[in-house]
This record gives sequence, structure tokens and C-alpha cells, in this order.
Amino acid sequence: MKEFEPRIIGYLCNWCSYAGADLAGVSRLEYPPNLRVIRVMCSGRIDPTFILDAFLHGTDGVLVGGCHLGDCHYITGNYYAEKKIELTKKLLQLAGIPRERLRLVWVSAAEGVRFAQIVKEFTETIKQLGPLNYKNELKEIQAAKEVAESRNFRILAVKVKEFVDNGNKYRELFTTHEINRLADEIINNEYISARIRLSIKEKAMSVKELAQQLDLAPPRVLRHMTDLKRAGFATIDRIEGTTPLYKAT
Amino acid sequence: MAQLDKTFPTNDCSICIEAPKMVDVLRHPNIELLAYSEVKEVEGAVGNFTVKILKKPRFVREDKCNACGECEKVCIVKVPSEFDMGIVQRKAIYRPFGQAVPNVFTLDMDSCKKFGGGCRDCIAACEKEGANAVDFWQKEEILDIKVGSIVVATGYNLLEPTGKYGYGKYKNVLLSLQYERMLCAAGPTSGHIIRISDEMPAKKVAWIQCVLSRNVKIGKEYCSKICCMYATKEAILTKEHEPDAETFIFYIDRRTYGKGYEEYRKRAEYKYDVKYVRSIPGEVSEDLETGDLLIRYENIETNTIDTLRVDLLVLCPPIVPNDGHAKLAEILGIELDEDGFFKLIDPSRPFETSVNGVYLCGTCQGPMDISDSVVQASAAAAKAVSPLTEVRGTEIKELELPPEIEIDSTEEPRIGVFVCHCGANIGSVVNVPDVVEYTKTLPNVVHAEEGQFICSADYADTIKDAIKDHNLNRIIAASCTPRTHEYLFRNTLREAGLNPFLFEFANIREQCSWVHTNEPEAATQKAKDLVAMAVAKSRLLEPQKESELAVGKECLVIGGGLCGVTAALTAANMGFKVYLVEKENVLGGMLKKLHKLFPYDVHSEELLGQWISTVQNHEKIDILTGSEIEDVEGYIGNYVVTISQNEQREKLNVSTIIIATGHEEIDPQGFYGYGQYENVITQLQLEDMLKNESLERLNNIVMINCVGSRNDILGCCRIGCGTAIKNAKYIKDIYPDTNVYILCQDIVLSGKDEKYYRTILENYDIGFVRYLKEREPQIYGEHGELVVRAYDTYLDDEIELRPDLIVLTMATEGSEGVEELAKKLKIPVGGGKFFQEAHMKLRPLDFATDGIYLCGCAQSPKGVTDTIAQAIGAANKASIPMSQGLVKSKGNVAIVDEEKCIGCGICASVCAYDAIRVEENVAKVIEAKCKGCGCCGASCIERAVKMSGFTDDQLILQARAALHAEVEK
Repeated sequence: MKEFEPRIIGYLCNWCSYAGADLAGVSRLEYPPNLRVIRVMCSGRIDPTFILDAFLHGTDGVLVGGCHLGDCHYITGNYYAEKKIELTKKLLQLAGIPRERLRLVWVSAAEGVRFAQIVKEFTETIKQLGPLNYKNELKEIQAAKEVAESRNFRILAVKVKEFVDNGNKYRELFTTHEINRLADEIINNEYISARIRLSIKEKAMSVKELAQQLDLAPPRVLRHMTDLKRAGFATIDRIEGTTPLYKAT
Repeated sequence: MAQLDKTFPTNDCSICIEAPKMVDVLRHPNIELLAYSEVKEVEGAVGNFTVKILKKPRFVREDKCNACGECEKVCIVKVPSEFDMGIVQRKAIYRPFGQAVPNVFTLDMDSCKKFGGGCRDCIAACEKEGANAVDFWQKEEILDIKVGSIVVATGYNLLEPTGKYGYGKYKNVLLSLQYERMLCAAGPTSGHIIRISDEMPAKKVAWIQCVLSRNVKIGKEYCSKICCMYATKEAILTKEHEPDAETFIFYIDRRTYGKGYEEYRKRAEYKYDVKYVRSIPGEVSEDLETGDLLIRYENIETNTIDTLRVDLLVLCPPIVPNDGHAKLAEILGIELDEDGFFKLIDPSRPFETSVNGVYLCGTCQGPMDISDSVVQASAAAAKAVSPLTEVRGTEIKELELPPEIEIDSTEEPRIGVFVCHCGANIGSVVNVPDVVEYTKTLPNVVHAEEGQFICSADYADTIKDAIKDHNLNRIIAASCTPRTHEYLFRNTLREAGLNPFLFEFANIREQCSWVHTNEPEAATQKAKDLVAMAVAKSRLLEPQKESELAVGKECLVIGGGLCGVTAALTAANMGFKVYLVEKENVLGGMLKKLHKLFPYDVHSEELLGQWISTVQNHEKIDILTGSEIEDVEGYIGNYVVTISQNEQREKLNVSTIIIATGHEEIDPQGFYGYGQYENVITQLQLEDMLKNESLERLNNIVMINCVGSRNDILGCCRIGCGTAIKNAKYIKDIYPDTNVYILCQDIVLSGKDEKYYRTILENYDIGFVRYLKEREPQIYGEHGELVVRAYDTYLDDEIELRPDLIVLTMATEGSEGVEELAKKLKIPVGGGKFFQEAHMKLRPLDFATDGIYLCGCAQSPKGVTDTIAQAIGAANKASIPMSQGLVKSKGNVAIVDEEKCIGCGICASVCAYDAIRVEENVAKVIEAKCKGCGCCGASCIERAVKMSGFTDDQLILQARAALHAEVEK
């Protein structure tokens, strides 16, 4: 059997990691040919939706490269990138994709050797993990992508850094622990509701069926369903016996 | 440089990095290129020279020749090709090489006439092509040109070592430059390494260094400086072409003096198994039957006479002044030195000649490498404009460009793709024709073609023609990296009337062919994907406008040593306001601590004194001693620098920043008993003793060189050998009876410094002990005495010395605090705390960030003259935007969709440049401030901010193209 050749997308910042990749070339360092690089000016340009879209379209792994912390050509871009990638990893995990499939690295323009080494290692990691399999026809990853597009997630992605560094409007500082708990909660809820919406978009389903499909406790699904209904995203399609079946509007 | 295959120590393709520069020169509206011309007479004085120039007849009209090459095809006269060093022949009508600038043919009438000159087939061929460019009756022209100053950059030649080691007698003995041509994929053998005698592949190649140099009796006294490195490079390239070839380099010293050079040489030795033999062979003979060469040499390690049989022998002859140097010196009225190079009048004022207004740069004044030449060129340009400050800019011509073609966003994209072979750089790995065929199947691609060197001047015309012929409105280059070549193609687009931002790059060299050499199929597939990704992106490219940013006339120089002082003076003399910041309480830096300087034997204080007093009295210079940089904000033209001085803070507004923070000895603790024995000191401490005359009379002094250098982190310190030898000399001057031993690996006194070394060797009794890196000297105390045991390579034995004083020649590293400074300025620092310049060869004084420049030992250790050269060069670099008064913004800026924007202000909170603000509930972008990072776009909760050039759709579609997914949207 032919060995599994993963498809890997790399987003590299122009000033450090892309330059490091160029230096690897200038130094004629060999590394596996699985990576496809997309150049961006700053790692802060990377929107979690890009990464999730790539997973949705069949990438086996995503590598994001930026300048070392403190060296960002645009001063703070990579700090924002770090937070965004961290949250994206959480989303991937919810969607059942191992977080190892997304890697954020800092590579300087002088680190050609390191760049080649990282690509080697990452390709190897992805080979070990094997091809990406989705349970429900990409619904998990589609849901994750919808979360990444949601207002709540996007606000969170920026504010996490701000709340820890400078505090909120009332100068209340948050610890990393607190903010992570908050982030987990928001992302979890957003994800479940997105996931429910995707399921009931196809066909009308009961809370019980949904709970089974999503491997969640029915009361939790019901709570989300009530919220969705109130927000006008879901409605009762019909009632079978005593069980209401919901459908997306 | 065009003749070289690659350049050390990055193995950059030589023509790849030089061709864009040549093209720039040709295209620059303020440069008039007079190729194939000679200076005949110079009259007048600085500010008002009249130069008589002879424009030689090419017998081909430059304005009509389109370089189709038909004339060359029909020409029957063949003569040895000068460009290919006589390995192959050229025609009488010829063009030296494919990327030649200007790209026109020349008829060598002398050769033509020798064959009768009657066929005139070239005229017929040219007429048939409709160009009518060949003109047998063209006359020479004399031009009178008025200029204010003159820069001489006439380069060098190689001395032909006729008769030496069988050169000229045995076919398989080559000059280094001949071999270089052979290595080149575009060269006479298409990059195949063959024996000239039988055209069989060469499997064993040897280099002999210092042929006729470092030798007063039969050759040149000086060292040619670059041979150690280029022989190493040629050996590495040989190994890359033929992995099972054997390579030998015969040498006296391995002079790997520059940044990254020692690392490169080590790579040759350990990774490529290049064998270095410390020996200068006695004679070379030829095996008459096989044509093999037999090299007889003394094997120093075994103390025997050995013979090495090789297929090819490459000689590294001395660098000598170019032909016609003497005549040019006469015309210009400047002096030559004893070797025939143009004379350096004063080591503290390099580039200047005895004639005011005539300046020198590069190898016309002695051997040097490319990066030093580039530094000198920049510095000489600064010198050349300084007498013309008042009239600067009065003769500027504006570039005339065709009007931009309007691109309607609803119009279907018509994409043209150009795939480069880059000689063999891409073509030998990636199947270029296959990529082109694939490209043609991609949506909206209406034209795709391949080219040998698509960055060349003639290819720019090909691209322009294609734009016109196929009505293209998006262009893709699949070649090298956008980081070096994007601007070039963008210029081409603009010249063809297209908006320069309708261009996209596919990097199939640095990130494909060069890193997947052994996987041609996978590399070809990757190249196809990269092109498909570029196509996906380019379909959504939109025209952009460049906005301008004003740059003022204030410059900040950080560091008040020789380098900083020189940079400050140069900038101030060009009319700019300079703030000179020094952390110590007085100016002077490292030089203040030194006694005398090699190789000029001048007191460092004397040299420094004259500069410092000028700086202190200069009305344009503000000196801030005892000051440190606390904070830096902003960008070129708009830096706000917070300086703390005696606990007071001051904010300076400056336009450009020059870094001249110098270097210092590394911490000597723990090296050779330093700190343990009190009579183990460093060279810097010895300098102090010599300066204060506090050195007592001692019986034995041992100096150990390369302490902490030439290892994995630090390379050769470049100045250590000179310092040790100079200090040994001064000790002997004071106490002739004192025995001084220098324990060294190689003596790295390259170029003309070799002469200093030789004079000292001849006049002073100093003991040189060559130790090996693998067998470093041992130091221990015995009955209160210091004992040094060292292995001497020449004696092949251990020696024991009992010195009264041990002096360590320490490696140096970037000054304390440079890492913090680098963070504040957002510029990179490499190994040994030395700043990392933008490009080792061609941009040694710049950073990727506009407005910040680098010079002196902060870049890597160097001597006084090189430091001054860099300082002047960096000041010149800083003066360019300051004198133009503006920089053009990169064009790619954030755009807010006001319909979508809800005015939440998240974008403003992530912008590091304060370039986006919420006004009346809508975000607004200040374009000149926007740096194009795109953080705002990635953060906008409504996805209402579009980062032009890198839009969400573009980046998403690029990934989908790479994944062969259905391309929607």
C-alpha cells in the first residue's frame, strides 16, 4: 500500500517564518514536500475561520508560523495569533480533531535549519495520526467553522488577551485560569448550538435523537433548543406522539 | 559577479541576485548607462568636472537591436569566449551572457576582419528579422559629460599563472574562474564537471590556494582575501553536482574572516567531506597516458612527501588591478600603490583619493569580497554626493510611465503565468514544461509560458509583450521568492500599464526545488499546486494605490564609538540633523580602550580625537552621552524615541535610525585558567597596559588566539590575529629580550594586511605555534608557575612553555543590551548577539524594516577601515529617504466596509499603529499609517475589514486550491 502522504497547509508570516523557509531553501535543507505555504504579512492575519475552512476542505494538518514573541514585525500581531490559535485548538478538539493537527510555531528569519526540522517533525506527526476522518459528514467541523464566524467567539478571541493584560472596562483583571474557564464555557455553548442547528437543518429531530447524536445529556440539548427557538433559529416542525420534532428556520 | 555561479556563504545564485540590480540601473530614470565606453580625459575640479568619453562602436545599433540572436546564428567567425574564460568559443557578433545589460549584441570587428569581414551574413539575418540593427559603418562617438564628482569602481582581474603548476601546459589545470563557469548551469558545460582533455566526468578535484600570492619572490606579496572562501564554495558545489567526487584544498591559512564564513567552511569539511590539506605543493606533472595530474606535496601531518592524483586541478591566482588601471590613474590624476591598485591615501578616510571629488570603491583598491564591495559602493556614493549637497536633486528626471489601464472589477480576470527555469535551479528538479501545461488548464489562465531567467531585462519585455498581446490583467511569476523579486515584477507590470498590485508570486525555488532536490516528482506536483494557489488568489486581486509618507531630515545614531561618530558626521555633512546617543559618559567606544591600531600603527586616540572634536563642534549634531534608548515607537519618517539621560526622559522625533552599537569581548571567565591564575589576561587588558606603559619586563609571554571563537556560535573574530601580532610587536619594541609566542590556528590577516604580517615576521623574533582546534593548548599551575602544553602541527610534537603572562585573544560578541534594543526596534539579532542584516551579500547595511540601518561591529567584528566604510555607507542609506523627503507606502492597506461595520472598535484595539479609528460609529483607516499586517481583518467580529492583497476570500481560496477542493465563492 502506498504510504499516506498528508496534505498540510502552512500560513507563514512574511518577515520571520516565511523568510526562515526561504533560508532553508538557500541553505538547501531537505524537508518533506507535503507542505503548501500561504504567505501572509503577519501571523495576526490568520483568522480561525481560515484554518477551519482548510480542515473542512480536506487538509490533514495546519502549520502557522510567526515571529518569536516580542519580535513581531507588527509589534503585537503574534500575541493575538497565539490566543486565536489556542481557541481554534479548543474548537478542533470539540469537533473531534486532535489538537496536534494544528501547530503554531515561532521561526525567525535566521532559523532555516529549525524551519526544516519543524516541517519534518510536523509531517511525521500528521503521518502518525493518519488521514482525517469525520463521523458525521463534516458536520462537526462545519459547526466549528460557524462558531469561528460567530460574534461571541470573535469578541472572545481578542478580549482574552485584553482582559488578562489590561482588564475589562471596569479595570477588573482576569487570571488566565478564570478567562480560560469563561472561554471554554462560551465556546462549548456556541459549538453545541451550532452543531444542533446543522443537524436540524437537514431533517426534523427530537431532543432525544439530538442528544444521542451529539453524545450529550438531553436536558442540556433542551436548554439549547429553547434558546435557539427563542432566538428564532429553530421551530417545532411537528409532534410525533408526545415528542416534538424541531427544524431549523 | 555575473561570471560566478553562486556566492558564499549563502550559496545564492550569483546572477539571480545581481541581475535585478543591473535591471534597476538600466531602468532608473536618473542613471544614464554608457556601456562599451571608455573615459578618455577628465578636466576641471570637484563640482565641475568635464569628462570626455569614447563610446566605442558596437556596429550594432542599441536602439534597434532586439537581441533575437539571428546574427549570432549565421556568423561563421569563432573566437574564445571571454565570459566563459576561453572554455568555449563565441561568435564575432555576440552578447556576453543572457542577462547582459544592456541586452544588445556587439560585433567584434577585429575578429571579423581577421576572417576577411566580407560575408555580412549578420546584416542579412538582421534585415530578415526586420530589425536592421547591424551597422558596419557605425563610428565611434566622443561625448563630453559634466559631472560634480566621480566614483571609480573598475574591479579586478586574475593574474594568469602561466607556467606555474602546469597552467597553460596541461589541459586539466584550470583557473578558479574557469572552474566557476563550468559549475554554472548556464555555463559552457551546462554545469557538468568534466576534464578538458577528454570530456570525461571529473571525480577528483584539487584546489591550490595562494598561487603566486603571499610570495614576494615570484608573485604578489599580498593575500587575495577571497580564495579560501571561493575554493570552499567551489568544492561544496562540486559535491552537490557529484556527491561521490573527492575534493582537496591545499592551503597555507584558512582565512574565513567574515560573518558566517567559518561556519560555511566547517559545513564543507564536515558535511561535504571536503579535505583541507595544509601544504603548498611543490610541483604538478601530467600522466601522459590518462591526462591525470600528479600533485607532489609535503604532508605536514605525516612529515612525508606525498603524491595526489587528480582529474582536475584548480588554481587560485592573485587578484590584480584591471587592465588600463595605470592609464585611468593618469587620466584622473590619482595615485597607484606599489601593487598597481588605486592608492588608499588615509586609512581613516577610505574611498578618498589625492584628487578631491574622485572616490574609489570595491576591488580597484585591493582584494575584497562582495559584501565589503557593496558597503564601499554605498559609502563612495555618500562621499560623491557630499560635495554636491547644495545642488542635490536638481537634475532629477521623473520616470514617464504609460497611463494605467482601468480594471473593471466585474471584468473576467485574464491571467498570464510565467514559469522560470532559473537555469538549473528550478529546471533541474521541477518539470517546468509540465507545470506550464498544467497551468494552462486552470480557470482564467489565458497565457502560460516558461523562461530561462524570467527576472532578466529581456524577459521583462517578453512579459510586457504578453500583457499586450493577450490582454492580460493579472500576472503570476512562478520562480523565486517575493521577498527579493516581487518589486521587480511589479515594476514590469507598471511599465506595461498594469497596476503593480495585479501581480502574484509562486515560490517554486526557495520553497520547492531547493528543498526537494531528491524528489523531482513530488516537487513538480508541489510546484503545480503553488501555481494553482497563486491563480486562485490572483483572480481576486484588485488594483491598489500607493500612498506617500513624508520623511523629515532628522537621524538618530545609536552608539558613539568610531562607527557611530563617523555615521553621525557623514549624515550631518549631508545636511541632516543628527542625534548621537552613547550609553557611556564619553564618546569613543571600544577604540578608547585600545593602544595602537593595526595595520597602520596609529594611536587609536589620535585617530579618534580628530573625529570627536569635529563631531562635538558640529552644529548639526546633538550629542547625548550617558543616555540609553528607553522606548521606540513609530516607523520611518515618524519615530518617537524616548531617551533616558541621568534619570531624565526626553522624547526625540526622528526619521531614520542608524545602529552602531559595536561589540565587546566575551566573558573570559573559565577560559584557559582566566580568573584562576592572575597572570592570565585578555588582549584588551594588555592593550590597557601598553597604553599606560604599565607592562613590566617579563621573560616569556604566551598569547592564545581564537579563544571562544570559531566554534558553533561564533565564527572567526577577524581582528584577533592582527591584534595579537601587533601587540607582540609592541612588546618586542619595548623589551626586545622578552620571548613572545603566539599560539594560533590560522593567521587570518587577509588582503593587504598580509604585508603587515610579513614585515613583522621578517623583523621580529616572534614564535608562532600552530595548534589544532581538536587539540587545544592545556594550561596548569606547577609550583606557582604557569605551564602551557601545546601541540605544534609543524613540529608534530608537544611543546612546553613556562610563561610569566598569558594573553587570551577573546572572541567578541554584540554589546550588552543589544537584544533589548533589538526588541524595541523590532529587528532581528543572530548568533553572537550580532544584528542580522537584510541580506548578507547585497544588503549588509539594511534591515527588512525601512528606516533602520546597521553598521560596524554591531553587524560582525571588523577592523577600523571596514568600520568606517560601513558607517559612511549606512549614513548614505539613511540619507536616501531623508533627501527624497518621502517614502511610498506599500499600498496594501485595510479597507473598511462601512455597510457592514457596527463601530464596535475591536479593530482599533488590535491595531499597533493607531491606523484605524472609530469615528461616528464607523471604523476609518488612516492609509499612510497602515502597515498592512491585517490583524484588524482577522479580529473584526463582522468580518467587515478587508485586508487588500490578503483578503479572507483570497486566503481561503488559496488553501482550497492547495487541497484540490472545489473552488467556490
